[in-house]
Amino acid sequence: MTEIYEIAIIGSGPAGCSAATRAAKLGVSHILLERTDHLSDTIYKYQRGKYVMATPDNLPLQSDLQFEADTRENILGWWDEGTEGSGVNVKFNSEVTAIEGEKGDFTITIANGDTYKAKHVILSIGLQGNLRQLDASSIPGADNGVTEYQLDDPKDYWDKDIIVIGAGDAAIENAVALAQNDNRVTIVNRKREFSRAKSGNISLILTAIKDELLECAYNASPVKVNEDSMVLKTPEGERVVPADRAIARLGAIAPRGFIEAAGGVFEDGADFPRVNEIYECDRPGVFIIGALAGYPLIKHCMNQGYEVVHTIIGDPVESVVRKELATKFQVIPGFNDVQSMLEQIKAAVPLFQGLTLLQLGEFMLDADIHFKKPGDAFMEKNEAGDSLFVIHEGDVEIPVTADKVFRLGQGQFFGEMGLIMGRRRTATVLAARDGSGAVGIEIPRTAALKLIASSPQAKKVMDETAILRQLQTFLSPELTRDDLSELIEAAQTKQFGRGEALIEEGDEGDALYIVRSGSATVSKKVGNSDVVIAYVPAGQFVGEMALLFHQTRSATVRATVPVDAVELDGALFRSLLDEKPKLRAIVDKVAREREEENQRTGNDVVSRKIEFLTSIGLGEATNAIVIDEDLCVRCDYCEKACAETHDGVSRLDRAAGPTYANIHVPLSCRHCEQPHCMADCPPNALQRDAGGAVYVDDTCIGCGNCARNCPYDAITMSALPAKKGGLMGWLLFGGKFGPGEAEKPKKSKENKEMSRKCDLCRDVDGGPSCVRACPTGAVIRVSPEELFSRIREGA
Amino acid sequence: MSAHTSFLAHERFRWFKRSAWLCLITIVAYSAYAPVGGRNGGTWVGYGLGTIGLLLILWLSWLGVKKRGFSGGSHTIRGWTSAHVYLGLSLTIIATLHTGFEFGWNVHTLAYTLMMLVILSGGFGVFAYLRYPAKMSENLIGQSASALKKEMQDLDIRIARLTQRLPDSFAEAARMSLDQTKIGGGFMALLSGSSKKCGSAKAVALASSQAETLTDSAQQTSATEMVASLSRKAEIASRLRRDLSYKAIMDIWLWLHVPLTLGLIASLGAHVFIVFYYW
Ligand SMILES: Cc1cc2nc3c(=O)[nH]c(=O)nc-3n(C[C@H](O)[C@H](O)[C@H](O)COP(=O)(O)OP(=O)(O)OC[C@H]3O[C@@H](n4cnc5c(N)ncnc54)[C@H](O)[C@@H]3O)c2cc1C
Ligand code: HEM
Ligand code: HEM
Ligand code: SF4
Ligand code: SF4
Ligand code: SF4
Repeated sequence: MTEIYEIAIIGSGPAGCSAATRAAKLGVSHILLERTDHLSDTIYKYQRGKYVMATPDNLPLQSDLQFEADTRENILGWWDEGTEGSGVNVKFNSEVTAIEGEKGDFTITIANGDTYKAKHVILSIGLQGNLRQLDASSIPGADNGVTEYQLDDPKDYWDKDIIVIGAGDAAIENAVALAQNDNRVTIVNRKREFSRAKSGNISLILTAIKDELLECAYNASPVKVNEDSMVLKTPEGERVVPADRAIARLGAIAPRGFIEAAGGVFEDGADFPRVNEIYECDRPGVFIIGALAGYPLIKHCMNQGYEVVHTIIGDPVESVVRKELATKFQVIPGFNDVQSMLEQIKAAVPLFQGLTLLQLGEFMLDADIHFKKPGDAFMEKNEAGDSLFVIHEGDVEIPVTADKVFRLGQGQFFGEMGLIMGRRRTATVLAARDGSGAVGIEIPRTAALKLIASSPQAKKVMDETAILRQLQTFLSPELTRDDLSELIEAAQTKQFGRGEALIEEGDEGDALYIVRSGSATVSKKVGNSDVVIAYVPAGQFVGEMALLFHQTRSATVRATVPVDAVELDGALFRSLLDEKPKLRAIVDKVAREREEENQRTGNDVVSRKIEFLTSIGLGEATNAIVIDEDLCVRCDYCEKACAETHDGVSRLDRAAGPTYANIHVPLSCRHCEQPHCMADCPPNALQRDAGGAVYVDDTCIGCGNCARNCPYDAITMSALPAKKGGLMGWLLFGGKFGPGEAEKPKKSKENKEMSRKCDLCRDVDGGPSCVRACPTGAVIRVSPEELFSRIREGA
Repeated sequence: MSAHTSFLAHERFRWFKRSAWLCLITIVAYSAYAPVGGRNGGTWVGYGLGTIGLLLILWLSWLGVKKRGFSGGSHTIRGWTSAHVYLGLSLTIIATLHTGFEFGWNVHTLAYTLMMLVILSGGFGVFAYLRYPAKMSENLIGQSASALKKEMQDLDIRIARLTQRLPDSFAEAARMSLDQTKIGGGFMALLSGSSKKCGSAKAVALASSQAETLTDSAQQTSATEMVASLSRKAEIASRLRRDLSYKAIMDIWLWLHVPLTLGLIASLGAHVFIVFYYW
């Protein structure tokens, strides 16, 4: 008869190890099952000597295992000792393949067929081990051994036919490396372009394709894998491509099937399985913690491991999260306990309806709570900001015109325009002047985006309100929800990829679009070529001409970066215009102004320059560095100034970057409207300040995600240079390194490789040093609108 | 493109205008004041102009420190350069009128001469700053020097691979290209940017003449590719050389401008000292 353990812990990452050690210390019978032959595979696979960070700093650690910022080796050492010392019962080489049964009687099967019995299961397998794979049920032969999901060393292959599937950085790097080793490589791209990868890799692959180093199948996907070939579905029909080996690089995800079989439930569009306040998933007795539950930081993982063991044995501890929340909630008048405050918040705010109290607690941990006296501002017009505010108590006022003031009350939110469009605040919001103050919950961008992504309900509330407010802001504040309800009802949000057309010249279309995020160009056919005549940033509408004058589309509107747009029904909009002469006047005016501008900018040179700039993604910039090469004397004082004012590391590579005619856009941050770099930062170290600068704060753990996610190569991972030249030393003693010059950085325990990027010189008096240091005026830092209008005027 | 403002046009030619005024006032003062004994540095206007001149020179020299200071504040180095150029030029009038056109073989005239040389070299600097940036861009056709160097390395690999498929005589061309394609080097080589001795250019000639002798069609294809690669390499090398030479021209005048400035300050010190000593 096999032993029935109280707890089976699956996966020995920080979460699993912490749980197992707690169980061992408490004398609870347990087993820790680990797929590999060592503990904590994700951390084991970090690069050698990596300095691991222990963020968030203000969150205390609650675990029997030691953990603080230190090297990978030391941390793994502590955990090996800690688990062994407390008598953790670990089984290596035990990949769990199934979890069956119910609370009190689970059967856990591992890859070699052995089974274990346990009353409770803690699932802590993280995400890293789960590379996305081809689905053998829809692609016959995907499991015949030809396909692999990793490439250890490209030199393992020579003179072979190899298919690489994927269009990301890993796929591109693998494909090119294999081709350079004299293999015949075909890269299979599901889309018609390589937009997901970094620009360096995009040019790498495009050059390789052009030089016929390898072949690319665009718009193609595998349909069948044979022993020595693969069948691809392409727009021209099916094609057989020889393949000794296929390498699929499709990213990492939660192993959905496995988790669902174990009882986890993924809500619509969610990346992680749903868990409640005590980390239990939909099947009672199965607890999901760590990265798999959406908590990527080691400290969170370890705390959860500790807590969940206590929960299982019926001796719950107050979570450190709640303790933190208690301090946070102090500012709210009348606060007494966390649980009831969370319940109160959830009840009052429609946006939070779809969340569990656990998730809400997490959000609150990221959030800031502000109390404002009557008349004090939560946000100011034109300040950069991308957080979302929810009103917990009291009313706020939004003065839109001299005599028109919007009022919002409890449960409503504001700030969504900054969040969605990545643009500056469009209005000032104050605590109502006639009230007794207001409490606002400020949710930072990443948390807010996560909320929208994980709760369909939140998304719906957000979308409808956002459309209404955008119509009010960009058409007329006079419009009410009633005026617009029909239009909003019928409105649809649409996504357009880079280069995709919202509107095609000559088409019959009758819809109007509001560009919510991203930007577009307007172009007209002149002879055989498209000439760009205008640029449409987020917040503007397009398509009004055809609608007003009942004609076919007079120009093409094309997304220069991924665009999120609201499509409004033409007929409904027209009837609205007929009812509201004032509104009609506004739309007419815009149309007239555009027509005039279009006449002016038929200029070819201007058009080419704007086209170039938008083609390299400037459309999503808010502040980009642009060099006039006719003025630049290549002295590199811009770089030196940047280094001198930024710890000796320049955040700008002057010589690199694309050039067209005399316009050169060097590598440096463009402070994107929707910064890609922010998307995947474990400690949320990338922030945007009120001046619009995207910067890295000191919680950076050096994981390099931001650098990989930036499509413009604007982030370098680097340690700080050992010696920095100073002006006086250089002047008086002829020092080896002048100001802004320094020895190559040396990595060490104290001097870690961290994310280094432009911060728009937010701490430098007078603004961008690079601009101010240029002796000839060759460098400017501008928004694309400003740049385009200067180019137009200059022509 | 008027997206940028050049140092010459800084703030709508503010410093040009100010310097022009300064010159005008100087000329008026000089013409209006006709002391006994003739106009020269020893008159009140002379002292005045001399003092202005000295202060200007010291301030102009301070640019070298300022541009390396990278200090915060509302100033831009573009503004400083703009003022530097126009005020520097105004010295031609201010200092000349200060001397009252009395020159001789003495330290005073030495200072004056050095000043004029500094100004002259500065003038050349402005000329270079206006002319060569555009030439440099034109020369590299929108690519960066490091990208071109990388391409050259790739070409070397390709050339080496091609020689394996070709008779030994081609290896000589490859070696020539590898060993003798120098970019930069001595002062004159750097400045001239000449590609006359380029190993790759010679290798092109050698490889093409060897290619004539081939009969095997596969080899002929490889030879054509080899000649193409060598020509591309020669082309890149010559562009990189030109790039360096343009950059050198933009730097070289500073190697006169700055040491001459030091000499100027020293001789000015002597001038002022002597003038007061013999007072
Ligand atoms: C490059 C990089 C750098 C990072 N740097 C930091 C940092 O400095 N600080 C920080 O706080 N966070 C950092 N993170 C994040 C952090 O490492 C992870 O989020 C964390 O390790 C997740 O812990 P976990 O316990 O949930 O899962 P993991 O650590 O991923 O552990 C899961 C374990 O389960 C095992 N396993 C998987 N499937 C099975 C199965 N079916 N059966 C049995 N075992 C299985 C795996 O082998 C693995 O050992 C970094 C992440 C990366 C990728
Ligand atoms: C504080 C600054 C200065 C003072 C007080 C000063 C003073 C004088 C005086 C008193 C004379 C007349 C000497 C004489 O007649 O014998 C003189 C002449 C002259 N000064 Fe200056 N001077 C100053 C700055 C300059 C500067 C900046 C220059 C140019 C670089 C300059 C170049 C000359 C020359 C060339 C002469 C004519 C010498 C000659 O008579 O042979 N001086 N100066
Ligand atoms: C007597 C007058 C002048 C003095 C003492 C002087 C001195 C200097 C000094 C010390 C520098 C700094 C060089 C460095 O450290 O890199 C400099 C730079 C320069 N000077 Fe002058 N200068 C004078 C006149 C002029 C004039 C008349 C011109 C132009 C017509 C000029 C044009 C320049 C330019 C273009 C620079 C380079 C700016 C840069 O690249 O940073 N100078 N000068
Ligand atoms: S400081 Fe100005 S001139 Fe010098 S390299 Fe930079 S852009 Fe060019
Ligand atoms: S680092 Fe890259 S992604 Fe982030 S804001 Fe700058 S340019 Fe955009
Ligand atoms: S703005 Fe400041 S941080 Fe950014 S590139 Fe310029 S000098 Fe560097």
